Order: sequence, then C-alpha cells, then structure tokens
Amino acid sequence: MTLPASPELSAPVEPSTTLEVSHLDVAYRVRGKDRLALRDVSFSIGRQESFGLVGESGCGKSTTALAVTRYLPRNGRLSAGSVLVNGQDPAKMDKRALRRFRARTISMVYQEPGRALNPSIRVGRQVAEVYEVGGTKKNEALARAEELLGMVQIADPGRVLRSYPHQLSGGMLQRIMIAMALASQPSLLILDEPTTALDATVEAEVLDLVSSLRQRFQTSVLFISHNLAVIAKMCDRVGVMYAGELVEQGPAQEIFDNPRHPYTVGLLRCVPRGGQRKDHGRLDTIPGFLPGPGEVQVGCIFAKRCALASQRCLEETPPMYDAGAGRTSRCHYHEQAPELPRATPEDVTLRSPDRSGEPVIRLRGVSKTFHTRGEHVRAVVGVDLDLKAGETLGLVGESGSGKTTLARVLLGLSVPDEGSIIELEGSPLAPECAKRDRRQLQAMQIVFQNPDSALNRRHSVRHIITRALKKLAGLSGEACERRLLEIVRSVRMEERHLPLRPYQLSGGLKQRVAIARAFAGAPRVLVCDEPTSALDVSVQAAILNLLADLQSRERVTYVFISHDLGVVRYLSDSIAVLYLGRVMEYGPAETVFSGPHHPYTESLLSAVPSLDGSPRERIRLKGEIPSAAHSPSGCVFHTRCPRRLANGLCESTEPGLVEVEPGHMLRCHIPVDELRRLQTTEDADLKAGQPKIS
Amino acid sequence: MPLYVLKRVGLALVTLVLLSLIIFFAGQVLPGNAGRAILGPFASQQAVIALDHKLGVDRPLIVQYWSWATGILRGNLGMSYQQQAPVSSFIFPYIGRSLKLAAFAFVIVVPLSILGGIIAALNRGRAVDRILSTTSLSLSTVPEFVSGVVLIVVFALGFKVLPVSANAPPGSSFITQLKYLILPAIPLVFILFGYIARMARAGTIEALDSDYVRTATLKGLPRWVVIRRHVLRNSLLPTITVIATQTGYLIGGLVVVEKLFVYPGIGTLIINAANDKDFPTLEAGVLFIGMVYLAATLIADVIYTVLNPRIRLGKAE
Repeated sequence: MTLPASPELSAPVEPSTTLEVSHLDVAYRVRGKDRLALRDVSFSIGRQESFGLVGESGCGKSTTALAVTRYLPRNGRLSAGSVLVNGQDPAKMDKRALRRFRARTISMVYQEPGRALNPSIRVGRQVAEVYEVGGTKKNEALARAEELLGMVQIADPGRVLRSYPHQLSGGMLQRIMIAMALASQPSLLILDEPTTALDATVEAEVLDLVSSLRQRFQTSVLFISHNLAVIAKMCDRVGVMYAGELVEQGPAQEIFDNPRHPYTVGLLRCVPRGGQRKDHGRLDTIPGFLPGPGEVQVGCIFAKRCALASQRCLEETPPMYDAGAGRTSRCHYHEQAPELPRATPEDVTLRSPDRSGEPVIRLRGVSKTFHTRGEHVRAVVGVDLDLKAGETLGLVGESGSGKTTLARVLLGLSVPDEGSIIELEGSPLAPECAKRDRRQLQAMQIVFQNPDSALNRRHSVRHIITRALKKLAGLSGEACERRLLEIVRSVRMEERHLPLRPYQLSGGLKQRVAIARAFAGAPRVLVCDEPTSALDVSVQAAILNLLADLQSRERVTYVFISHDLGVVRYLSDSIAVLYLGRVMEYGPAETVFSGPHHPYTESLLSAVPSLDGSPRERIRLKGEIPSAAHSPSGCVFHTRCPRRLANGLCESTEPGLVEVEPGHMLRCHIPVDELRRLQTTEDADLKAGQPKIS
Repeated sequence: MPLYVLKRVGLALVTLVLLSLIIFFAGQVLPGNAGRAILGPFASQQAVIALDHKLGVDRPLIVQYWSWATGILRGNLGMSYQQQAPVSSFIFPYIGRSLKLAAFAFVIVVPLSILGGIIAALNRGRAVDRILSTTSLSLSTVPEFVSGVVLIVVFALGFKVLPVSANAPPGSSFITQLKYLILPAIPLVFILFGYIARMARAGTIEALDSDYVRTATLKGLPRWVVIRRHVLRNSLLPTITVIATQTGYLIGGLVVVEKLFVYPGIGTLIINAANDKDFPTLEAGVLFIGMVYLAATLIADVIYTVLNPRIRLGKAE
C-alpha cells in the first residue's frame, strides 16, 4: 500500500509539524459584506500528534477544517494568515498540485457517513477510487479495497463492497469512510464530528478503531467535536474555540482538569459529570448568547458573557497568554479563571418524588408489534412499569431498542398490541389518542428532539402557546392571557419573545417554547424524547435546570429518553434499560448506575467516554443491535453478551425480569452476586493497574 | 423489480379506464347532438331522431360507454360522424405525423436543456448562469402561438430560409421533412427548455453541494471525473420525472402549433372534430394523448427506479 514518494514529500528538510495554522482569518461574504468566521487562529499539530478542536456550534471548528483542505464554501475565503501542511500551503497550489495534495497528504471524515458516500454507486467502486487516483488499475483497486475493509474489521468485505450505502448501517459506513481516508496513508487525518451521528456503543468501536489505526499508520489527527469527553479520550492536545477564535489551548489533561479560560471553565461546568444529579444542585450555565460574526471588533470576544470581565476586556483585545503547564489562554485574567463565579446559583431545593403514592402511569404487558411485508417486528415486548408523581423515568438503550416506540404507545400515537394495559391514575386509557378524552390528552404531553420541526414556523410564540392553552387547558380571554405570561416566565423567556416566530429564535429558546407549550395544559406526564440532543452543551445545561425546576414545582412525571447517559443520570430517579423492546434492567437511577449491572447496561456504560477518565473501558459490544424482526432465541442479548454463560442456557431460555434487590430488577441468568463479583473484581484489577482486556 | 413494473403497468391501466370515462362523459356534456351535427340545421327533426337511433346515441349513456369502450378493446374506435368512415381507418397517419413532430422537438430539447442546466449549475452565480437562467425562463413564458408567429414572420416570410407550412410535400426525403419540422418544433423547445433546464440546474447544484461530492473531491479525483461519476447520475434523477410530465405537455401543446403551421396531426384532427361535434374522432384523439402521457410517466418511473438503487433494492434490514 505504499505510494511512490512524491517530490514534495521527500524535500531535504521534513518539517517537524504536520499542520501549522498561523494567524488564520476566514471571511464569509454575506449580502455583499465580509463577515469573519475565523479570527487570528493559530495552532500546530506535530508528527503523529492528535489535536482536538472543541467548541459549540458556530465556533468555527468545521470552517478551520475546510480551510485546511481548501474546501471552503463558495462565499468563503482565507483573508489573512496561512495554513501549512507538511510545510506546503494548499492555498498556493495549482489545480494539479491541489489534487495530489488531497489524494496523498490529507484525508477527511465527517459527521454523517450516510451522506458522505454517493447513494447511487456501490461502496466498492467508491473505495477503489482512492487507489485509482494513484494510477492503480480498476481490478487491482477493487482487490485492494477488499483488503482495506478487512483492516477496519469489517467481517464480510466482499458483500459490503457490493452494497449500496443505504443498505449498510451508520457504523459500518463510518468505518468505510475511515478506511478510505487512511488508504492513501495521509500525513494528516481530519475527523469532523465522526461519531456524533452514531450510537454510544458504535461510537466506542469507531473511536477504538481510529486510535489503533492512527498508531499503525503514524498519522497526525485533527479531531473536531462538540463532545468534550470524546476529545478528552482521543486527543493529546486540545484547542477550545469560541465565536471564531481559539481561546485556549494546551495538553488535553491540563485543559480539562485545570482550564485557564472562563469559557472553558463555564463549558466544563455545564456538563453533568461524576454522577452529578439534579438534587445535588443546578448545573452551571453560560449566560447570554454567542455574538454574531463580526459583532465584536475590539476587546475580548467572550467579555459580554464573562463574569470576570472588566473594562479592560472590552477595550483591549487579549493576546494569547502563557498560562503555564503548556497552556495558552486568550484571557487577561487567566489566573483567576478557575474562580469564575457561577452564573446559576447551585443551591436548589427539589422535592423528591413521592415513592409511596399511587402510580400516575401504570403499564402492564405493553407490547407493540409492527407488521410489515409479512414480517413481525416486535418493537416493544411485555413492558411493565409504574411511574410515580414527580418522578423521572430515564429510558436508555441503543437506537432500535424501542425507547421511542414505547413513548409513542404511551401517548396513544401508536396502538399497542391486544392485551396491553395503560392506566392513568388508576383508570384505563384508550389505545388511540383520538379516543382519549380531553382531560386524558391534557395529562400527557411531549417535547421532541428537534424544536425546529416540532414548532410551526409560521406561528408566533404567542400563537403557539395560546393555542395550547385554549385546546388543552380550555382557557380563554383574560385568564388565557394571564396564564400565557405566567408560563412564558416560568420557562425563563420574556414578553418581548411573544411576537417572534420560531425561526427568529435560537435553538435553546425554541426548545423553551416547546416546553412551555407542553406545560400549557398542566400535564401529569411529560415525555421528553431526546430534548437536548440537538442543543449545545451550555444550552443543554439551562434546559435541564429548567426541566428539573418545573418538575419540582408542578409535580410532573417525566419519561426522559436520551442517548447521553450523563444527562439521563442527572435527571432520572429511576431508569429502564431497553434492548430489542424488552426491559433488561429497571431500578432506582443510582442503583442502575452503581451496579451490579445487567451485562447490557454494563456495556453501555463502558462505551461512554468520560471526562473524569474513570477506567471503565473493559467491555466492548461487538456488532450491531439485531433486527427486531428476527430477535435471537433465549435471552435476546446473548448474541452480543460479553458475559454469556457457557452452559447454553442463555441461547435456549429467555430469563424473566426478576427483582434482585429491593426495587432493582434484572433480566439475566447470571445470579446477581456473581455479576457483582465479576464487576467489582475487574474494577479492583483496573485500579491496581492491571487492566484485563476482554 | 419486475413486480414493481407490473404494479405500475396495472396502475396505468386503471388510470386509462378512468380517463376513458372522463373523456366519454365530458363528450356528452358538449352541447348539440350527433344527428343534428351530421345532418345540419335544415334537416327535419324526424330525420335527426332516426339518425340518432341508427348511431345508437339515444341509448342510455352507460350502455353507450360500454359499447364504445369494448369497441376500443377490439380495435374499433367508432364511426366518424363527419367522415362517414371508421375512425381507425384514418386516424393513424395523423398520429404518426404528430409523433414525428413531438419526437423531433423532444430529441432537440432534452439533451439541450439538460446540458444548459448543467452548464448553468457549474457556473453558478456567474454571467453564463444568469444568461442561461434568465433566457430560458423568459422563453418558457412566451406562449407557443406568439413565438410561432414571430418565427414564421422572421424565418419563413422575412429571411425565407424555412417553409411556412410544416407539412413536407409527399415523397420528400427524411432530411427535407425535418427541415419542414424545424419551425414548428422551436416553440415547443422554447417552452420545455425552461422547465427541464431549471430542474437540471437545481439537481446539479444540490449534488455539487452534497457531502459525497466533497468526499470525491477530497479523494483528489479530477473535477470532470467527480462531475461525471458523482454529480450527474444523482442530479438528473429528479429531472427525469419532469421530462415525463413535460412530454405529456408536449403532445397537448401540439394542438396549437399544428393549427398555426397547418400541420395535419392529431391536434388539428381534434380541433376539427370538436368544431364538427364529431365525438368518436374527438374521443379517440384525446384518448391517444392520454395514453402517450401515461406511457411517458410509466417509462420515467421505470428509468428512475433503475437508476436509483434505493428504490430498486429497497432498504436492507
């Protein structure tokens, strides 16, 4: 797989850095005006080094990557500074040189693998192209493509190569993209949110793959992500970006443990970590909003949102200060950054849910089978759950585990199978929401993942919430208006937002409108389907605080669906872990997180990269969740279970959901004491510095 | 895949039956009756009634429809009131001439408009794009009878380079026939060019902005390979559907152009039949246009399916 050395690469003195970005400005031309998307960005990546760029949406992470590959959008241009890859400036290359540069020196993998491959060409042809660019004949290129897919641990490369992208899963496609990116043995591999669209278990696999291949090919990596934990896991050094500027950079460990820029400090405080829960206190937030491009001309770009800012910060643009331990920070007061005052007071008095009372929602034997093309897809199978007033039930599981279907059944959007029982405060609910009365409809509401598509773009905030008040709460006139203002304030919005339409609001504000709408009818149960997944970390923190406050005040029961276990842990009182539509584990949140865990829960937990660097990574789930149309025999998890029993019991008999401790239910053949022993001894081994790799 | 095609054909047949119903009953709504139309205003009422009876138009409508529809299945399109001959005995040469004109316009417009759309997309925002987009849009808003008249005045009467009439003298060579068809084809080309080119441009721009084109470009593939292999196939998929619906329009639009260029095609036949209340001829002509429309849509759907693996193979799992 070696390519003939190009004359540029065998230049007499090989530069010691793979990527050298210095004082880079990128401007986008919008309506005839240049707007700076990047301002004075400088960083470098050494040979075989892995550098992470982290920041919220709109901070310029992706623009940086595109500037490096010289693939800026048509209205973008590099207005100052320079990019050097292996000592060469892509901006100065002619067409031929640029093509060769892209073919040999640099590669890129990005967020949605399903869109990164051509939908109408077989995967094999697309992979082979990488070799054909280097002049390899078609047949040989295809043979090499097969070899390459083997390298990224694809079990059946022949079949995969003959497939079209839509026939493969996201994880598989992303592995193909990584294989393609590394095929030319590039000096620099750019990964732009490579795992954001994937499940945690798949993400873990893909990240492992990247780490091992990076070692093997000795490639330098520019890793871009909004996920702080992923960056912490994957990178040697980190740069934190905010509003087009690199505000802080340094060794990953230093940045995450001991940040020296108020923005980094604030960002890290927004993430629930170390088992933080809602009754421990509110999450900190970052007040205010991201400035628009070009809005801040002089002074510190973060000054308006910073509690440490003084007059100096508004007048004098801070340079990159040396903040010790290899860190640099663009803050006049970087020494005081760790003592940044909180934006949201921590103290909180939350009423804990009433565990003794009657359940608000009672599910008994709830199943949902979809019949399509002669196949029976069992999306939800025999779920029994009780939800108490003011309690949050976290629903956890990979995509395809039945979380959303269960929520839809609860809301009456999907009709469950015959014999399923759903009761609201003791009285049975009709399976279809059309047959439920107004009081019942009012009692159950939902907040969706994407407020953009959940709110009508043509209606004003006032219209959206008023309509809900009229339809659900039956209010009108004066009373409606009063309640409207009350609700708007309770979601921390202001009267001036009322005439605005959703497209005039930021993502966080839109989600607040959605929450206000859901609360309009004073619901008893609120389903939150990934309510913060589409939001930035700092916005997520504010929404989580809001949800916790509203719940405590209104005694609402939440069904909280999220793939982010940290967020689920923060908000949930009890947790149900779903796999192929079955509840595998159910119990109080702390018990589920502290263990002993069901092997599936254990795998989910070890898949999640953590900012705290806890030594969890000992279990890896192989492969993907099987299709619910062909559930495995016996225990449905046995095909992927890392702790499957040798005696064949798991393959033949499905275990029941058994209460192993008070309130803690497991669906596993392995006795709970054995699970506890297995899980704690390995922890001890890890702490003793002898990691067992299973 | 074959199942899909069968299903589509079945659907097309159902549509055809519905179409025949609409045509037949719409024909009944037109004022005047057949006997009077044939015999003229001065014939006696008795004679009209007698003729109506002979033609069978005094039977209940549903019976008339049944005998008409089953007749068509047997190849009997009915008797023309005007020509006093079976419709099937004279309609085919008209159809042939219309198809020739339509095919000629089609062969010119499809490659030209797709090419125009792609060129505009590749030069997005530049002068070439602006000129192509504006011109094609303006041309497609000009009705064919206006552009047709202008063309006749300029090229046939002014420069005298092309004939006024569309119908070549009997026995002319293929080339001469085409020469006669140039002028009538151009108004049709004008109208269709705008639609198809706009669609091709939009599709190409979408593909150019896609992630997979970025992947291909960053592989270091030469630009023309990226365009040929990764852009075109995806960008032209939506265009195919547009071409199909526009083909239907093309046939319908013939009515005006044929009249203007005195071309004895199906359009002229339909207009004359409508004037003469010659329902069987009218119905046969409209049914034919409907069939062309359906066939075009069907073919487009099949091509779309063949080119789009997502539909051809369905989703795995």
